[in-house]
Amino acid sequence: MRTSQITVVLTMNDLDTLEQQSLFILREAFSRIEKLALLWSIGKDSCAVLWLVKKAFFGHVPFPIVHVDTGCKMDGMIEFRDRLAKEWNLPLIVGQNKAALKQGVGPHQGRITCCEALKTDGLKAIVAEHGFKGIIAGIRRDEEGTRAKERVFSPRGVDAGWNVHDQPPEFWDQFTTSVPPGASIRIHPILHWTELDIWRYIEREGIPLVDLYFDKGEGKRFRSLGCAPCTAPIASRASNIAEIIAELETTTVSERSGRAQDVESEDAFEKLRANGYM
Amino acid sequence: MTELSPLKIVVVGHVDHGKSTLVGRLLNDTGSLPAGKLEAVKAASEKRGVAFEWAFLLDALQAERDQGITIDTTQIRLKTKPRETIIIDAPGHREFLKNMITGAASADAAILVVDAVEGLQEQTRRHGYLLHLLGLRQVVVAVNKMDAVNYDIGRFAEVVAEMNAYLSGIGIEPQHIIPISAYNGANVVTRIDALDWFTGPTLIDGLTGFKAQAQPVELPLRFPVQDVLKLDERRIVVGRIESGRLRVGDEIVFNPSGKAARIASIESWGTKVPVIAAVAGQSVGITLDDHIFIERGQIGSHQLAAPREARAFRANLFWLGTQALEVGQRYKLRLATSEQTVEVERIVKVVDLDDLKSDSVTRVDRHAVAEVVLRSKVALALDEFSENSRLGRFVLVDGFDIVGGGIVVGADAELSRLAQSVKSRNLFPVGHRASLEARWLLNGHKGGVIWLTGLSGAGKSTVAMEVEHQLLRKGRQVYVLDGDNLRQGLNSDLGFSPEDRTENIRRVGEVAHLFASAGTIVITAFISPYQADRDRVRTIQPETFHEVYVKAGVGECTKRDPKGLYAKAIKGEIPEFTGISAPYEAPEAPELVVETEGHSVESSVAQLLDYIDRTFALEAGEEADALRG
Repeated sequence: MRTSQITVVLTMNDLDTLEQQSLFILREAFSRIEKLALLWSIGKDSCAVLWLVKKAFFGHVPFPIVHVDTGCKMDGMIEFRDRLAKEWNLPLIVGQNKAALKQGVGPHQGRITCCEALKTDGLKAIVAEHGFKGIIAGIRRDEEGTRAKERVFSPRGVDAGWNVHDQPPEFWDQFTTSVPPGASIRIHPILHWTELDIWRYIEREGIPLVDLYFDKGEGKRFRSLGCAPCTAPIASRASNIAEIIAELETTTVSERSGRAQDVESEDAFEKLRANGYM
Repeated sequence: MTELSPLKIVVVGHVDHGKSTLVGRLLNDTGSLPAGKLEAVKAASEKRGVAFEWAFLLDALQAERDQGITIDTTQIRLKTKPRETIIIDAPGHREFLKNMITGAASADAAILVVDAVEGLQEQTRRHGYLLHLLGLRQVVVAVNKMDAVNYDIGRFAEVVAEMNAYLSGIGIEPQHIIPISAYNGANVVTRIDALDWFTGPTLIDGLTGFKAQAQPVELPLRFPVQDVLKLDERRIVVGRIESGRLRVGDEIVFNPSGKAARIASIESWGTKVPVIAAVAGQSVGITLDDHIFIERGQIGSHQLAAPREARAFRANLFWLGTQALEVGQRYKLRLATSEQTVEVERIVKVVDLDDLKSDSVTRVDRHAVAEVVLRSKVALALDEFSENSRLGRFVLVDGFDIVGGGIVVGADAELSRLAQSVKSRNLFPVGHRASLEARWLLNGHKGGVIWLTGLSGAGKSTVAMEVEHQLLRKGRQVYVLDGDNLRQGLNSDLGFSPEDRTENIRRVGEVAHLFASAGTIVITAFISPYQADRDRVRTIQPETFHEVYVKAGVGECTKRDPKGLYAKAIKGEIPEFTGISAPYEAPEAPELVVETEGHSVESSVAQLLDYIDRTFALEAGEEADALRG
């Protein structure tokens, strides 16, 4: 008898478990929150979330994809964004704090000031303009200390502020899905994934990615993407995903070590996030 | 690279019982720290002029953002084989209970840390109770700071007894109770000589037997509708299968509406071949063969194993709201994906975690746990928590906030003891022609029951046998009924469950009174842990019943351990062992207390002989009365 060509997934491995939980979170957000948008940084994590959105909604992307353009993203990121947006017919919204850019805001005024003006304020402006109540962001607990404290559905105050010391309880997959007028909710569908999980998933699913993550023979690559002036490459010869995975399994260096704004001061990142940074 | 999901373990317990010290120890002893980290923290402590503490490791890791290992205030990854372990360090402070619940609810297993010196404390009780409500059944108790009690087996046995007495009352059966010293690293990952009397596992070995919470694939199908998506002419019902499985062609009934249709397809994106079946844990989308009305909150199931429908139900809940929960208040109830307004119809009881007794009150304050009755205007599809936890748990929402969580319980789950009534109705007891007094006179003394009760190892049998020996030499009619002896014959069909213990004592009581009515001095040597059971025996013939408490503490009995039973019980090899894993209720008003702790066998025997001589002697008047009878 010929084996029939059907898929019966009756056991789930660790990546399946992570993926299925993320699909549940994304559908929960879509069902419960009226005006929803996905924040797309063009990095590997938000690309994975974008992929999960397409899985959750059967190939569709049923809410806007927001990219906050600081005007100084690294070479290749904007091209990749526009190419994928066209290929996948993404409902893309690009936001920019033009006023700040016009005034010449840049990292020379202090990285925190620059991040807050170009990224945090840029995001707040888009949220206000479109009236978004929910912003989906691809952050993970294992990235750094303050993100580790996050909830999956994280309420933000009227000023988009995050009160890390008084967060709502969250258990049994019952989330805080409604907030007072003017306030909003951040939704974190891959909070429970690790950097390694993301790479293994990208490899398994064949998720398209900007090539800045790979060494092109120069012995360096980017592990985390951001603005060109504040993002440094790491020394690495990993030129494909398999090599990146092998490298990550033994490294003792943190993922965001190349991100200068995190180490501007001891609590720089916590302050950034409390004020509404992603 | 392992394909196993990590095992999530929450560490709970009272403030300062050593949770963070333990987590620091686990990080170090499992080799999960980056090279040089321990030395750096030790050097920093020395520089600051403070003694090094293992908890500093956590502080240091939380403050540092440039370490290669995963740092998390709430979640710390341990490099364990065959799967990683995620340790969730839950706050012990009462004020952070919502964070403790947030952490513990996602855990597969729990370590309940208790201080060997202080024993059971308020947050130990509260956390234990919440583990139960959250449905965590994989629990290890770590009796920490054993170094502070000189690794004493007796003190350990006392804490074990105390913990088991409490935990069994709330339905938690710890897989292991392990003596450790987190500070010294004793029995955490490695053993030390001072604890060589403990033959159970180390803490880390105790955890390896635990499993990540398996998806309830074998339970009946529960498919709560999350949304109905209208895409490309398709109407896709999406949701996560909470339990059971479904396949194309299955007829699915949606409750509470009761409408049914067959699954036409299981939709997917990115798979090359069609999906025809799916199981618990999967977030799926299905299309149906009939255009029935479906909305978020309905529960899909198979017709023959549908959930219950109820407008009112009884629930155990924990309350997190700043405003008290009161009768008549309304809240939004969220159960799986359904959301309905419920009213608090009744507060059955608020559980006092100090003694597990409950008061009838009209309000449930913040951080309290209570049993309540909730009522909804419309029918709710739900299961009892014990049958299907996924559809048997809910949260209450007040305004924008989650203010409580609870589980659906059935009717009184209290242990129903065997009915103590006579089953046959056509019984006609026959009167004896010889009076009891005549028998007494013939024997030269009264008959009666000397009922010895006390822990295993307290000395009941030793005292009973020696007293019998000496009384026989004085020519008394005496007979000892011993627990182990009777269990070989009359009671060979009984085990050690509470019901069987009750039946055991009932039979022994009846036999003892038959002997007594034959004029014999009967000495029984049974642990007989329950006061109610002993009282029941007394009621058969109260005037000839003498309750004697043979008294020695758990610590002392563990040290004596003549049958090696305590050692086995501490390791968990003997379930429901009185004093360790089953309760012992000391007599409330015994006729005599024989203290064996710190006294020789001879003096205990003498004490009981003296009591028997005084109370079983015939008095002059009684002799005359007996002759006339």
